[in-house]
Amino acid sequence: MREAELRRDFFGAHSGSSPAHGSPPTPITSLYLGGGTPSVLTPPQWEQLFEALYRLFPIASDAEVTLEANPDDLDADRLAALRQTPVNRLSIGIQSFRDQDLSWMNRAHNTAQARTCLDLAAAAGFRHVNADLIYGSPGLDDAAWMANLQQLFTANPDHISAYALTVETGTALAHFVRQGKSPNTDDEQASRQFQQMEVAMAEAGYVHYEISNFCRPGAFARHNTSYWTGEPYLGLGPAAHSFIGNHRSWNVSHNIKYVTQIEAGLLPSESEQLSPADQLNESLMTGLRTTWGVDLEALQVRFGERAFAAVASLAQPWLDGGQLALRDGHWFLTASGRFFADRIASDLFLVEEDAALVEMGSEGAAKPVLNMERTRFWECKG
Amino acid sequence: MKHIRNFCIIAHIDHGKSTLADRLLESTKTVSDRNMQAQVLDNMDLERERGITIKSHAIQMVHMHEGQQYVFNLIDTPGHVDFSYEVSRSIAACEGALLLVDATQGIQAQTISNLYLAIEHNLEIIPIVNKIDMDGAMIEEVKDQIVDLIGCKHESIIEASGKTGLGVPDIFRAIIERIPSPSGDTEAPLQALIFDSVFNSYRGVIAYFRVFNGVMKKGDWVKFVNTGNSYEADEVGVLKMDLDPRPELRAGDVGYIITGIKQSKEIKVGDTITLRSNPCEKAIEGFVDVKPMVFAGLYPIENEDYEDLRDSLEKLQLNDASLVFEPETSLALGFGFRCGFLGLLHLEIVQERLDREYEMPVITTVPNVSYVAYKRNGEKLNIHNPSDFPDPAALERVDEPYIRAQIITSPEFVGAIMKLCMDRRGTLLNQVYLTPTRVELSFDLPLAEIVFDFYDKLKSLSRGYASFDYELIDYRSGDLVKLDILLNGEKVDALSALIHRNNAEDFGRRLCKKLRELVPRQQFVIAIQAAIGAKIVARETISAMRKDVTAKCYGGDISRKRKLLEKQKKGKKRMRQIGSVEVPQQAFLAVLKMNE
Repeated sequence: MREAELRRDFFGAHSGSSPAHGSPPTPITSLYLGGGTPSVLTPPQWEQLFEALYRLFPIASDAEVTLEANPDDLDADRLAALRQTPVNRLSIGIQSFRDQDLSWMNRAHNTAQARTCLDLAAAAGFRHVNADLIYGSPGLDDAAWMANLQQLFTANPDHISAYALTVETGTALAHFVRQGKSPNTDDEQASRQFQQMEVAMAEAGYVHYEISNFCRPGAFARHNTSYWTGEPYLGLGPAAHSFIGNHRSWNVSHNIKYVTQIEAGLLPSESEQLSPADQLNESLMTGLRTTWGVDLEALQVRFGERAFAAVASLAQPWLDGGQLALRDGHWFLTASGRFFADRIASDLFLVEEDAALVEMGSEGAAKPVLNMERTRFWECKG
Repeated sequence: MKHIRNFCIIAHIDHGKSTLADRLLESTKTVSDRNMQAQVLDNMDLERERGITIKSHAIQMVHMHEGQQYVFNLIDTPGHVDFSYEVSRSIAACEGALLLVDATQGIQAQTISNLYLAIEHNLEIIPIVNKIDMDGAMIEEVKDQIVDLIGCKHESIIEASGKTGLGVPDIFRAIIERIPSPSGDTEAPLQALIFDSVFNSYRGVIAYFRVFNGVMKKGDWVKFVNTGNSYEADEVGVLKMDLDPRPELRAGDVGYIITGIKQSKEIKVGDTITLRSNPCEKAIEGFVDVKPMVFAGLYPIENEDYEDLRDSLEKLQLNDASLVFEPETSLALGFGFRCGFLGLLHLEIVQERLDREYEMPVITTVPNVSYVAYKRNGEKLNIHNPSDFPDPAALERVDEPYIRAQIITSPEFVGAIMKLCMDRRGTLLNQVYLTPTRVELSFDLPLAEIVFDFYDKLKSLSRGYASFDYELIDYRSGDLVKLDILLNGEKVDALSALIHRNNAEDFGRRLCKKLRELVPRQQFVIAIQAAIGAKIVARETISAMRKDVTAKCYGGDISRKRKLLEKQKKGKKRMRQIGSVEVPQQAFLAVLKMNE
């Protein structure tokens, strides 16, 4: 709460139209409350939290307000209490409907809770629900993965995030893998299960709109997509990231350091200014991960002809190889390119001396390189 | 001339030569305490780090003894077998040698070969047992070794410690009393021996020499006998901590000459300096135009740095006349240079100096020795590069250089060392017990067999108790083949090697295995093959990469991910494209890393 007060001018101040100057700031269209919250806060605390947020920031009346929760956090009473708050979307860490996977992943919930929480959420009146699933994990064979998906389809959430298990360096899992106590992830399995999932999702009527995200038509996660379209966002709390214009900042992740600083009225954050090349590289990296691809005209207008020509020549081998496709002035990843999104994006990056090729166009002419109003290329046949 | 002493120090690496030299410089106040820094003579960073002397140095000290002033010229010699010719020229410039032996280690092969050189040149040898204050000093045993080796009296061996300065007065006394003063005729025509040269960016090339006969004056027109070039002596002088100009140098003196020469190539170590107007009758014996023995391609990391690499090599060559290079092209690596070196250490030194002094890191191809190929049509080719190897059908025979190696070790390691040398196509010539605990083995070996990892192998199988020295003897014919490496069917010229037929398969297998570790997975399967002509002798497969994508890319992930992908991109930009396969630069060093 303290941080929110310290940062109340975040959106206004940076855009140069602070409330003091008269013109009202653009309303905030999404709020996202991260993991662990529901079991920690009591209903009066919820009320306090939202009261403060709505008092400090201009939040649109139809804003998407998502709460992240684990299945064991969600019983009927809590769900009913949450319905009284502005929360209108739940993101639930289901991960799997099999106890063996859940215990391997060290999750607190079990299969039964994974199944019932979705029904309870629907019964409580939450129309927008996201469920997280994990594939490519040891012991999850292809049939079990399909069964997990089918089980989820019966609960009919309007959004699904499915993540390939990743061994992040520095985690306990990475340590176990190194010691040979855990099997390493099998890329072959992940790749196969990704392809199975794409088919199953389409059959069940879900739109694949980002590498790891699927939804009912129109039910895109407004909050997460804003990360990819370059909209400003404000993150509050330890380790939270904020972004506006070409400026990104992040709070320290150390809880105690964070609290001490905030108590002292200081913002415990570090920041970076994105160079023109950084912005170009990020646009490519995030755009190619989505069904909307990268708008080439927008790319040229925003980063200049020379930068575009350089990126285009880097893209050519991937276009020739069929992993990248060009249609209606957009680049997008084909089915054979999607699982190599990082490699392809990295190839297209301009770094070192090539970074100097980027010449920012005038801000007025710029439009987002990722345009959600346009064609969803991953649904196109052929 | 009566009060001049010219001497060198013969010692194995780490036996304390530079430390002892420091003590001598301190005691004679040649260097002020303020300028004293450990191991004054090794003034290249690289020399201090590796604990070896790469260039020769010379320094003059003035010492008072019984009311008489003496001039000492200490000529410091390079301490590695790659530079044995330079050592021989330094020795030829002296009348005496301090033989320094580490009391904890005993005599090593390197010491013996240099000692023999000194004895051949009739140098007076002053034996010194060093580091006598160390734990594990075997003073009497080492003295016995020395007595056996040079037949001196037990009592004539000086006990010393370079660290504490113990024995230094005895060493001074021995230098004065035992080493003869130089002989020579100041009236005879000038005859001076060049034993080294250095490049100074302000003064040009500075040659170090010893005058045997005659006088050299500033302003004289001097002639270098072997190169035939004449120059005016802009400056002559003696070597203190800095250059100390003098009007003239006379027979017996050691000093330097500056003539405005800009390229060290023009000055050959071992050449004789005389006067143009009154030349000496003959040159000093022993001059050899040293030819490089080991060749490798050096390529810039970035193709566009080719010209900068040429500049850097040219600058290095100013100071290192034994380095030769000429442009070459590789399909895999682009434009670079084929460089010739005295040996593998010399190669490493050049590589490191390029990196450190010129910020010019390079990719080095498989080093090879120089072969002579005789074709059926009578043509004779000097092969410095595997790609020049003639088609086997047109080949009559190939000759390769052989060395004679001396290895000194303790008897328990003889078996393992014999096996190593036999595996390397060696022939045992002789086995002599120097003392009951020290054996000297002599082998003839193909030079190519010791170029890679012979010395490391020798050290590890003898737990460090073997020393090694060699000299080039001749060329002998050998059954050599060209081994090629193919990536998805494309030949990688930078990885081709010339190798004996019997070793080719094993070498190919090990190289393919190493490449498998060094080449990253790509979207397709990569076949790594080793081939002799059309025949595939080894194969490894790198399976296709199936996934290269981050699961989550939200607010907190974007920056970190972008930076990671930027780093990958930078790495990729430095990769070389072989057909469709991207090959990182360290893969080209695979041969050198095969044993890791």
